[in-house]
Amino acid sequence: MNERPKLAASSTSPLRGEGAPQAREGVGNSTSANVALPPHPGALTRSDPPPPKSDVSDLGKQERISGTPEIRGKDGAVEALRHVRKSLPHDSGVKHVQGVAQYIDDIREPEGTLHVAIGQSPKARGRLISLDVSAVRAVPGVVAVLTAADIPGKNDVSPAFGDDPLFVDTEVSFLGQALFAVVATSRDTARRAVKKAVMEIESETPSITVEDALERGETVLPDYAYGRGDPHAVIAQAPGKLEGGFRVGGQEHFYLEGQVAMAIPGEDGDIHVYSSTQHPTEVQHVVARVLDIPDAYVTCETRRMGGGFGGKESQATQWAVTAALAARVTGRPCKLRLDRDDDFILTGKRHDFRCDWRVGLDEEGRIQGYAVDLLARCGYSADLSAGVVDRAMFHADNAYWMPAVHIASKRLKTNTVSNTAFRGFGGPQGMLAIEHVMDQIAWATGHDPLDVRYANFYRGAENLTPYGMEVEETDTLINLVRTLEETSNYRARREEIVAFNASSPIMKRGLSLTPVKFGISFTLTHMNQAGALVHVYQDGSVHLNHGGTEMGQGLYIKVAQVVAEEFGIAMERVRITATTTAKVPNTSPTAASSGSDLNGMAAKIAAGAIKKRMIAYASEAYDVPEEQIEFRDDRVFIGNQSLAFDEMAKKCIAARVQLSEAGHYKTPKITWDRAKGTGRPFFYFAYGAACSEVIVDTLTGENRLTRTDILHDVGRSLNPAIDIGQIEGGFVQGMGWLTTEELVFSKEGHLLTHAPSTYKIPVASDVPAAFNVALYPNANREETIYRSKAVGEPPIMLANSVFCALADAVHALDPSKPVPLNAPATPEAILRACEALRGRPMG
Amino acid sequence: MVRETIRFWRQERAVEVSGFHPRTTLLDYLRLQERRVGTKEGCAEGDCGACTVAVGRMRGGRVHYEPVNACILLLGQIDGAELVTVEDLAAGGELHPVQSAMVATHGSQCGFCTPGIVMSLFTLYHEGARPLSREAVNDALAGNLCRCTGYRPIVDAALQACGDQPDDAFSIAHERNVQGLMSLADGQDVLVGDETRFFAAPASEDSLAALYAGHPDATLVAGCTDVGLWITKGMAEIEKIIWLGRVAGLDLIEETSEELGIGAMVTHAAIHPSLARIDPDLGELMRRFGSWQVRASGTVGGNIANGSPIGDLAPALIALGSEVELRHGDATRTMPLENFFIAYRKQDRVPGEFVRRITVPKLKANEVFRAYKISKRFDEDISAAMGAFRFKLDGRRIAEARVAFGGMAATPKRALETERALVGLSLDEPSGWGEAMAAIARDYQPLDDHRSSAAYRATVARNLVFKALSETASGETRATRIIGQRDALQAAE
Repeated sequence: MNERPKLAASSTSPLRGEGAPQAREGVGNSTSANVALPPHPGALTRSDPPPPKSDVSDLGKQERISGTPEIRGKDGAVEALRHVRKSLPHDSGVKHVQGVAQYIDDIREPEGTLHVAIGQSPKARGRLISLDVSAVRAVPGVVAVLTAADIPGKNDVSPAFGDDPLFVDTEVSFLGQALFAVVATSRDTARRAVKKAVMEIESETPSITVEDALERGETVLPDYAYGRGDPHAVIAQAPGKLEGGFRVGGQEHFYLEGQVAMAIPGEDGDIHVYSSTQHPTEVQHVVARVLDIPDAYVTCETRRMGGGFGGKESQATQWAVTAALAARVTGRPCKLRLDRDDDFILTGKRHDFRCDWRVGLDEEGRIQGYAVDLLARCGYSADLSAGVVDRAMFHADNAYWMPAVHIASKRLKTNTVSNTAFRGFGGPQGMLAIEHVMDQIAWATGHDPLDVRYANFYRGAENLTPYGMEVEETDTLINLVRTLEETSNYRARREEIVAFNASSPIMKRGLSLTPVKFGISFTLTHMNQAGALVHVYQDGSVHLNHGGTEMGQGLYIKVAQVVAEEFGIAMERVRITATTTAKVPNTSPTAASSGSDLNGMAAKIAAGAIKKRMIAYASEAYDVPEEQIEFRDDRVFIGNQSLAFDEMAKKCIAARVQLSEAGHYKTPKITWDRAKGTGRPFFYFAYGAACSEVIVDTLTGENRLTRTDILHDVGRSLNPAIDIGQIEGGFVQGMGWLTTEELVFSKEGHLLTHAPSTYKIPVASDVPAAFNVALYPNANREETIYRSKAVGEPPIMLANSVFCALADAVHALDPSKPVPLNAPATPEAILRACEALRGRPMG
Repeated sequence: MVRETIRFWRQERAVEVSGFHPRTTLLDYLRLQERRVGTKEGCAEGDCGACTVAVGRMRGGRVHYEPVNACILLLGQIDGAELVTVEDLAAGGELHPVQSAMVATHGSQCGFCTPGIVMSLFTLYHEGARPLSREAVNDALAGNLCRCTGYRPIVDAALQACGDQPDDAFSIAHERNVQGLMSLADGQDVLVGDETRFFAAPASEDSLAALYAGHPDATLVAGCTDVGLWITKGMAEIEKIIWLGRVAGLDLIEETSEELGIGAMVTHAAIHPSLARIDPDLGELMRRFGSWQVRASGTVGGNIANGSPIGDLAPALIALGSEVELRHGDATRTMPLENFFIAYRKQDRVPGEFVRRITVPKLKANEVFRAYKISKRFDEDISAAMGAFRFKLDGRRIAEARVAFGGMAATPKRALETERALVGLSLDEPSGWGEAMAAIARDYQPLDDHRSSAAYRATVARNLVFKALSETASGETRATRIIGQRDALQAAE
């Protein structure tokens, strides 16, 4: 449980001058002369440049309303862009609202399609002694029952480590694990028949919690750590020290479209798989592995997902493979759509963590040494936990300089479903821990939590991360936070809240402003590549395909904007097509916020190459220098002449010019030596900050977010409306993670919160009317696609401000005590913290 | 005369369906039979709203549209109603105003929840109060989960599109739809199936009593917001279903100056205004009851007959001193509501007997009512604990107290020890309230579950006794509530 941090000095704050007259009553009043930290953060920040002059809140409004902000390049000239940076609607928006956008379950099934349901283990840990499916087979309508014995190839659907069986052979690893599958003429028949199986399992006591796994000493992967200096020695000698254990909960993805796949057998053992997956290439590869056929016999196609959020990165595979195996065995098309409860039970979630931390501080409240053990509950197998926990480690510093630091991690094995990717991929958990530590420092010292953060930001030469990567744009974050501090009116509201709380015994308000610095790139370097396929047809229409998948994030429209821009043609000419392994092979998952960066660039390269050939032809045919040829307004301008884009396409074809290209892009600059724990795992960082205000009922723990202001850095946006959608949606999803979304497992391993009736994601009324979101004007210093920045994951962590504001509100009950609040801050967790501060701990 | 088909009105045509399995849900009918796949299945338990469709019924001489979750509504339940699905809105090739607004505000991302949201907005477009407030939009959307957008653009779309008087194809077709619905209202008993497997919808109480007495093994369905889950999640092999939605008179609300009589089939949506007039806290409780979709389907009688220990209505009605009336064959009997709940999911109801009516006494001048619903999420959540208090005051003293909680025991239950400790307390001496706060620990031994721990329930219950006393003493709630402040609720009334 959350332990109370221990102050080294018994009564005097370590951050105050020795013997300085001070009192706890100074809390919340950062202008008090008794506080050692200066009243305005500027005094601490040595040589920070002033914040940018543009009125950011106005910019945000303008972008929301007009959607077409005028963005100037470095030379002050307006960019001549026709599509890029425009707030075009989602490519499927008009189809979504009419219900005509097809998801996999909506595709008209070929005649005779069969339906698959999964037979699950009723025990969490043990050995499967026997499995009798004869009664299942006897149910009218059942065509086949699949078990481990029916697998022609390897019984393994894991992304990397070979530890995820399609069906249990002998070892049962979690409650719900797939033992067999029923293939029947209807989904209803398959689901009912599943219950007829008879099995014997020799069961053992399962490991469910972090503590269970620690006690057994079971992990899914080796421990890993890095750092610099000797933080333990530094902390021991520091003027101030604090320590604690902090828990961060997991999260169910709750994509609205559950896991689904349909497999259609072809000739010679070919198989075509429609899968709701973020990673078609992996589905293709694993289908081939399990069926023991070459990859080239398998095609995986994904037009769109009804949400992914990481939950369909590695864990869509098993369902696609099961459908494919069923199709192979029966010779008929087979579809598998998980019921929502089964989806909860059978697929992994965000990892929950226990973070054991120690921090040593100097007299001014700055971190001298930080040591943290990130204890991640991975579930029964490795899945993506190698990368997830690495990313938690990469974000354990968030935006703060740590002279001496040790970041350690354990990937703990429990008999629960294998935890997996979830938007942020471990980053949010690592980051929330250090934000909690910032609050602990504030509570211990009486300083305003924002001042503690300012005091610790990376700045100037103090810009080396614990993993040895330089933070190259330290000014961006500091200026962004200072701007938000002003536009959110943080200081005045702080004073107002202190006054309110002083006169309100039951209701307490809280305020917090927290920063985000998030590393962009896959930390497995080889994954940072993408392909695109572009064809120009004789009528001037363009076929666009790339390896990225559409899960609602607007990737398809952004890449189409890039291609239309490249050719100078109307958006309508670009036909967006479904992602398929047959067109663009060997792709990475659409994950790590990388979709637009990678696929946008690959598509630009492909379109650029075609355009280059068209220019070369035109230059020769019209005897005009190449630099005098321009593509715009659906025409090609060649010196003083021009012709329509489609006419030029026809001429090129007649002249035997290739109008098709496969583009490929790989991210430059990145290197990461995991063994040495050093390098540059990220191409760049994306930044943001949020200021949230809450009100808490200290008699019940009920609470409400009353206002949030967000300033976020997407570089120079490819599509401001889409980016704002990602920011708002990510923030609200993060808020759910840290407040009402609670995963509860029983001691036996039953997931008790297995449906929306018991697992509560935010609804409309949880979002404050005062929700001010603005983009921070800041071109990416790296050469990304149109100098934009990735936006998928970073906004999740803007919600740290909500958690910290809730803790701030509880803190008002007794400013002399730290707040023992873990995430998620459910009403129960909050009331528990309130009662602890009142000195009457809940049972 | 028994009709052997169900009939509903769709796109200005009568549709007749027969030969379906009684368990068939409306969603399965749409997706698997009609092959209209715009309506999505998100959860199959009525919580996410992706399957929302609109159902139109006659009320006060015109068609009123309500949103329902098609995943847990039985096909037979749309008998006599107009059905509108997402495909119908832009049937003329032009987007409906709510659809255009959703596109313009970037209100869809992955798009999977979108058809359901569009349908909720369609009902708001036709039925929403004018002027339309953000709170009303949030209420209308409480039953629609979106995981992508964070709702802001969806709420903006609603405020843009649903603020004016309705003017769409359905407004234009209104008279024809009225005629259509009237042509379907035949007052006949409906029975689709045979003696061993049927969907029945008796048209009178006598038909119902006779049918149920003959088939006491049949499952009575009111709104189907719970039975629906027995089917979709429990895979229950229900073969005989008697739906009460056509029984004449069971949906009557009878109001006198003393009491409110609620027919068992009155929906939560329909009774909401009457309960809100008894006390603003009851109105607020109903606002937070399920979602619009659930309130439009779910009934007062179903909520009571179901006997759930966490149903929110029972504790409030028990605190008010309500009675329940049951009928078996030709015999009826009445009892205090608290006596109806015997044990976990066990009610004082014999096979073949059904809940007919609930009578709720109104508050007298010297009576004060307070209700508190405590849940992880304010909207569309099941209570961890729900407490209701009725105090009879003698000046500044409590002369009489009725206290009931849900979520604290195997049934909705009165807190008799607490009630005794409350009697005689002075509202002006908070120092004397400790005994009443402590007494609640003797009334209930709550359980740990996924909604909360026993310790939380016990602590909250104690704190709610304090809160009820404080609010009664001060007469105001601004310093004690985040939402549902009574002066705001009263101003809105």
